[in-house]
Amino acid sequence: MYIDPHAHMVSRTTDDYEAMAASGVVALVEPAFWVGQPRTFVGTYVDYLSSLVGWERFRAGQFGIRHYCTVGLNSKEANNEALAEGVMEWLPRFAMKEGVVAIGEIGYDEQTPLEDKYFRAQLALAVELSLPVMVHTPHRDKKRGTSRSMDVCEEMGLDPSWVVIDHNNEETVRETLDRGYYAGFSIYPSTKMGNARMVELLAQYGGERIIVDSACDWGISDCLGVAKTAHLALARGIDPEVVRQVTYANALAVYGKSGQMNEADWLDPPAVDQRTLFAGNSILRGGREPRIDAAPARRDDLIIE
Amino acid sequence: MTALSVVCRRSVKKMVATVPHEDKTAPTFRQAIHLGRVTTARYSEIQSIHEGGVPPMDTPLTLLRTWVVRQAGDQAAWFESQVDALSAIDDTQQLHRFLGLAPRRLGRADLALSLDDVVLAQAAHAGWNPRGWSLDGAARVAALIAFDAGNPERGVAFQTRFHDLVRTADARELVALYRGLALYPNPDSLDADVGEGLRSNMRAVFESIVHANPYPYAHFDTHRFNHMVLKALFVGSTLAPIVGFDERTNPELAGILLDYADERRAAGRPISPELWRGIAPFIDVLDAYPALARVLKGSPRERAAATLALRQIDSPDARRLLTSVPELADLAAVGALHWNNLHRYEAA
Ligand SMILES: [Zn+2]
Repeated sequence: MYIDPHAHMVSRTTDDYEAMAASGVVALVEPAFWVGQPRTFVGTYVDYLSSLVGWERFRAGQFGIRHYCTVGLNSKEANNEALAEGVMEWLPRFAMKEGVVAIGEIGYDEQTPLEDKYFRAQLALAVELSLPVMVHTPHRDKKRGTSRSMDVCEEMGLDPSWVVIDHNNEETVRETLDRGYYAGFSIYPSTKMGNARMVELLAQYGGERIIVDSACDWGISDCLGVAKTAHLALARGIDPEVVRQVTYANALAVYGKSGQMNEADWLDPPAVDQRTLFAGNSILRGGREPRIDAAPARRDDLIIE
Repeated sequence: MTALSVVCRRSVKKMVATVPHEDKTAPTFRQAIHLGRVTTARYSEIQSIHEGGVPPMDTPLTLLRTWVVRQAGDQAAWFESQVDALSAIDDTQQLHRFLGLAPRRLGRADLALSLDDVVLAQAAHAGWNPRGWSLDGAARVAALIAFDAGNPERGVAFQTRFHDLVRTADARELVALYRGLALYPNPDSLDADVGEGLRSNMRAVFESIVHANPYPYAHFDTHRFNHMVLKALFVGSTLAPIVGFDERTNPELAGILLDYADERRAAGRPISPELWRGIAPFIDVLDAYPALARVLKGSPRERAAATLALRQIDSPDARRLLTSVPELADLAAVGALHWNNLHRYEAA
């Protein structure tokens, strides 16, 4: 039983939902992000946020996966001031929607003054609404950008135990954990973490406040990143309790602080949950056997019915 | 005469002459209206029992408030003060906050209702059945009504407000907003957003408009009603919970349904037996006898549906076909088989 606490499902197909469910993913968190093409209208952004709390949640529910999301203005689009101002006006409304477990993913990209301005404004919103925060750390100038992100969180009065610093690597993890934050690791081919490296880190640091996610999106990425890492970790002798912490329990602990994510949502869903639009096919009810290799059979099937 | 029966007459009068026989056993909406008299009697009875405890004319708002308060536990005072404040002050942000907080503070349980409550609901608004509503959903609809209640100026702007709320609503919120459609000010003005809801791919959202909701019956034109029925069949939903279905069937719908049945049969795909309910009054006009003869040889559910449909036609052909299913015809005759319990028969 896994949680993928960072998955951009708007960019994925139903095959991926099927495969994730089959691999044992029971819940996921979809952070609001940059969709690959800049949005130039506030309305486009508003509709995107609406799809995260509506349509995408329904899509996930059809495969028996509980869908949660974070809302926020990402660092790239924070550089379009007119757009950013408009989005900031709408954010408080979306932050109160059902299943919104954090403000995120927010932080720095090029570390510009505008990025800084809207990062701070959103941290203030998180404090005001008592919501956790998911911080995207920059790809370039990563180490300093990560330290700076944490400095600003503290300046804005956030409790580090309410903040996930995501996209960590070997260079940033020590400081992130020492300062009391949750440390997210995105198992993302080529650019972020590989899962063999991840297993090394688990051997070194144990499981406390470490979170594994797939960060799967429109790029070459793997929506089974969480399950594959869990399997590899177990095969290489990592304590099963540590594996459970980093692929399930820690994400639930931090995003559960929102009051919007409870284990009962997937362990004990109503049989037919009409109002929450969830297929209610939980593992406890014997709905399915988790399988990591369960690629949809349709792929090899010549007949389309 | 109730508002509902006015609407009913308007939409049905064209076809009255062509409806050859009305099934007296099935609990149709016609009977529900008929039941309205019973309802009024029962309503007076409830009043006298409660002796002043129930106001003489409950509005949907007072009923919703009563039900939510009853179930809200230690959040009852908060809920009451919020609704009072919302109706007193024109503060849209306050409304947004309340709509967001409702499930957080009240929880998401089913609304607990007695039979009397449902009777009171029917008396307050014809066709309104709050069964299946949630506690937070009821609170949200109450807040929305209260926000505009007794303030005609705000009532005029309701369409704008509703559009704005739907635009940012989460899935559960959409269901709650649409379930209240018939109870809002200027319900006809919500036409465009109702259209969006019907086009939704989220089945629960679609069904929040279609099922147990008096809005389509009272406010849809024939074209929209027909397409709602077709979509319900397409997405594998059911027709039985559609309020006033038999009153709104029409020759055009029946023709489309018959074509649809042929198309499905040709593709070797299953057909919802409920479809025959929409065809029933026009079997003779459309000469649907050969089709129904085939359905009578199908699954138990199909045979039951064909029986019900044929019993609505008083024709020699219908009577002849019914002789092949004497048991089912008998069950239908005594009211033991009707469109609302069709699902108990095996589908395949
Ligand atoms: Zn991301």
